[in-house]
Amino acid sequence: MSISGKAMGLGLRALNRFAGLPWVDRFGLRKPAERVLFHGAKLGFRTAGALARRFRATQQLLAPVRPAPAQAPALFDLTPTEEQQMLREAALGFALERMRPAAQGADTAGAAPDDILAGIAELGIAQMAIPEALGGVGGERSAITNVLIAEALAQGDMGLAVAALAPVAVSTALVLWGDEHQQATYLPAFVGERAPAAALAVLEPRPLFDPLVLQTRARRSGTDYVLDGVKALVPRAQAAELFVVAAELEGQGPALFIVESSSAGLSVEPDPAMGLRAASTARLHLEGVRLPGNALLGQADAAIYRDCLRLGRVGWCALAVGTAQAALDYVIPYVNERVAFGEPISHRQSVAFAVADIAIELEGMRLATWRAASRAEQGLDFAREAALARRLCADKGMMIGSQAVQLLGGHGFVKEHPVERWYRDLRAAAVMEGVLLV
Amino acid sequence: MINLETPKKFRMLVEQAHRVAEEIFRPNSRRYDRAEHQYPKELDMLGALLDGMNASGSGEGAGAAGVRRSGDGDTGNRNGSNLATVLGTIELCWGDVGFLLTMPRQGLGNAAIASVATDEQLERFKGKWAAMAITEPHCGSDSAAIRTTARLDGDHYVLNGDKIFVTAGERADLIVVWATLDRNAGRAAIKSFVVEKGTPGLELVRLEHKLGIRASDTAQFALRDCRVPKENLLGDPEIRTDKGFAGVMQTFDNTRPLVAAMGVGLARACLEQTRQLLQQAGVDLDPDRPAYAQHAAAAELLRLEADFEAARLLTLQAAWMADNRKPNSLQASMAKAKAGRSCVEIALKCVELCGALGYAETELLEKWARDAKIIDIFEGTQQIQQLIVARRLLGKTSAELK
Repeated sequence: MSISGKAMGLGLRALNRFAGLPWVDRFGLRKPAERVLFHGAKLGFRTAGALARRFRATQQLLAPVRPAPAQAPALFDLTPTEEQQMLREAALGFALERMRPAAQGADTAGAAPDDILAGIAELGIAQMAIPEALGGVGGERSAITNVLIAEALAQGDMGLAVAALAPVAVSTALVLWGDEHQQATYLPAFVGERAPAAALAVLEPRPLFDPLVLQTRARRSGTDYVLDGVKALVPRAQAAELFVVAAELEGQGPALFIVESSSAGLSVEPDPAMGLRAASTARLHLEGVRLPGNALLGQADAAIYRDCLRLGRVGWCALAVGTAQAALDYVIPYVNERVAFGEPISHRQSVAFAVADIAIELEGMRLATWRAASRAEQGLDFAREAALARRLCADKGMMIGSQAVQLLGGHGFVKEHPVERWYRDLRAAAVMEGVLLV
Repeated sequence: MINLETPKKFRMLVEQAHRVAEEIFRPNSRRYDRAEHQYPKELDMLGALLDGMNASGSGEGAGAAGVRRSGDGDTGNRNGSNLATVLGTIELCWGDVGFLLTMPRQGLGNAAIASVATDEQLERFKGKWAAMAITEPHCGSDSAAIRTTARLDGDHYVLNGDKIFVTAGERADLIVVWATLDRNAGRAAIKSFVVEKGTPGLELVRLEHKLGIRASDTAQFALRDCRVPKENLLGDPEIRTDKGFAGVMQTFDNTRPLVAAMGVGLARACLEQTRQLLQQAGVDLDPDRPAYAQHAAAAELLRLEADFEAARLLTLQAAWMADNRKPNSLQASMAKAKAGRSCVEIALKCVELCGALGYAETELLEKWARDAKIIDIFEGTQQIQQLIVARRLLGKTSAELK
């Protein structure tokens, strides 16, 4: 942590005066004040990126390895394959037994516990995203499988799910769009023992953000690229060793770049938000970050970039669906048990209809998300479907979060129940870009 | 394996239905909207065409009778007649909901017969056009409160009562009438009876003048000592309190996705037309750009399309479940609720977005907005669907959650 600069000096002087005041102890203010200062310090100061391992190609690939697209089935079908059902059940079990109880603590701490991240890693999500030839276990590419897993994990907690899934987005980006050199350099680490934290950073901190019009710039300098800009709400950026960063490549439009965390000019600043707190969101500052020519991912292909945005949005939809499902499952027993005016409040139409509408809109969100994902894995155009799913999950997901709090009344507003957290998390589905890839 | 695209085997059917909607429904839409109560004779030909489609190929037709659940032992994933019917209905209602409702031999009564009739009855009523008579002047949603009675007298049931809002009542050959065997025995005593047109005691009282779906006639009937053969009772003649309403209500699990499909088809018509008119006005929609970074009308269109997508997929889900013999009451009601409210909102908003073009009779948008409203009412109103969904989720009886 770079504890330098004028601001810090001023802050320390003020602190010194404050600490010396006699009433600080008398009114029991010392502990809270220390806490405020601690968080203030955390917020106010940027740190350099995590020290990255040396990513080095350990094998030579002649050509990039891509997963096979899924076979297009002949029939309309809403039944997951047996393998998908198994994975979903495993993820759901972990979500409800381990993630849910850990969620509030992680939310308060602003960090995901290591054992939870390790537990999710054991589900093998990272390995499945990577083809066998690169050390993973992935065969066919299945966006649906990824959606089902994200949905299940979000039933435990959205913030924790984001923390765990963020590195998978980076490895998936490399699998889908990396060249043979990029794949050989970075992917083996993701299937290894100590897989790196990593994040896909697209979002920038400004109103009406349009990911097709980026303010993060990449200019050419000889054979290198030089990046400048700020990325917002990047999960676990402080721990991440590798980033994929979206930047406007001069003369070519938005493009993706592989950025190692120890690059000079890269710094990370905590960016805690309304929700997703377990994901330790942070801003990523890029100031004259110099990258080698082979850091460009996907040849600045406009179609690849749009696919990246769509796959990310479908991922956020899946998380919204899971979180909304958690809310519905929580609200049903509550309104059945809560008594007012001599009977369960669920006997009132205003309450019962609110529950019905949550279920109806949730099912619509889920089906729209599944459709976008199934088109993606079949190699069909899914621009429209991803946009519709996104709109639904942004609007109806938030409606569900808000109604869930409303149905619990004051109890929904306090942290004794998880509903207020779901309310905060569900807003993310409308705001976030990137971060995930299904 | 999860796949939500239209199955290949139904693409031909969808295309045929779309052709019919485009070539026959649309060009006649305005004419029969104005000439209410005049029978659209263009449809006779179509009835024959649909019969032909039903008779051909795998037997998975586009008609109302497609809701019959077959009982073969196949356990794999099935895309059968329920899904085919819903897909066909969407296309036809993209053309005109009123025409669909007055397609010969495609009445909701046909769906009821297909759902609960014995094989013998099915054979006997084959090729007939059947309307559905449930609502009475004093009761609509509360269909258990019907007062029309059926009294067994020798080999006949004698029906007495009044029925309103009978879709295609004037044009149909048969009326499926809900009546009670015992007004004191509650829901379990309600049975459906097939009454043939021309049966003495069945009198057409009048035809309604309506907000929309004016191509489809809506009739009121009086039944005065109307005698029907006792073989015309559909399903089980015994009053079984344990099975309650199940027999007659089973029809709804199959017909609600159909009505939802009507809303979906209509909503798509509105959205396509609006998108086209907006395009001519210079408003394009880029699905990859955030809605709020685009024209407000484009953002609105995206929101409406999202609701449309949800309604459509819920509808396909309910039909797919019926094809696979999964209990689908919950999903059928979800689809009906979502499609009903969405198609009204979409149609009305499209009128607004298109301004004078949307509101005037030069385009069909204003007509679709009038047609839409009935979809949120018949086969169970929005509120009834919400009740059904809520009771299922909360595990409540109709006595607890009223």
